[in-house]
Amino acid sequence: MNIEESKDFLVSTASLKEVRTFSRGVFEKINLPQDQKDELVLAIAEAAQNIVKHAYRDIAETSDRMEIKISLKDSDLEIGFFDKGKAVIPENIQHRKLDDIKPGGLGTFFIKQIMDAAVFKKDQKEWVNHLVLTKKI
Amino acid sequence: MSYKVTEEGNVSTVFLNGEIDMDVTEKAKEVILPIVESGKEVHLNLKDVSYMDSSGISVLIESHQKALEHNTKVIVKEVSKSVLKVIMMAKLEQILNLE
Repeated sequence: MNIEESKDFLVSTASLKEVRTFSRGVFEKINLPQDQKDELVLAIAEAAQNIVKHAYRDIAETSDRMEIKISLKDSDLEIGFFDKGKAVIPENIQHRKLDDIKPGGLGTFFIKQIMDAAVFKKDQKEWVNHLVLTKKI
Repeated sequence: MSYKVTEEGNVSTVFLNGEIDMDVTEKAKEVILPIVESGKEVHLNLKDVSYMDSSGISVLIESHQKALEHNTKVIVKEVSKSVLKVIMMAKLEQILNLE
């Protein structure tokens, strides 16, 4: 089954519920175990949260929008995230060590646990950041 | 997210309901942390929490740590299957008091 769906959202914590609703709607159309769908929704929500939290750090309110594109070709799932926030320096992204018990820093760890790969691409002129999450399903 | 707090002796039970994400973590902390800081034992009942992300996990960690500072404890109760999975993904099932 092949699917390609995208939607844009206001960059805001208030949009995270809408991001999950969109993602759940797309995965409803794909034959996958519910546990795996829940994990994928979590990975997408964490990546969207990272845009709000990091790419728009210190920006209290914005009218900018972020776009999320979910594509499935055969068994290759690709999820793209596009935003116009501060440029992400991939080398600076680190999830916290799990034995360092403190609040925060878990989102990127969850994404890495759930997805096969997370790569920032420099292939978009109209966007600042383009994160691509991939997974064979 | 909505919540309800009940009290019995030195134990306050906080029933959280709905989805816990970054948008509601401040509200959750505003409910839980003052009770912990008062020295009461807090039972966090999560049976009606259908979704929790890393921000929600951070609230659990912060509550747990604040309880240690105040010589009390936070017990996380009736965790739904989906939330337990996220707690286990964060490898916190041995750190948090789960019942």
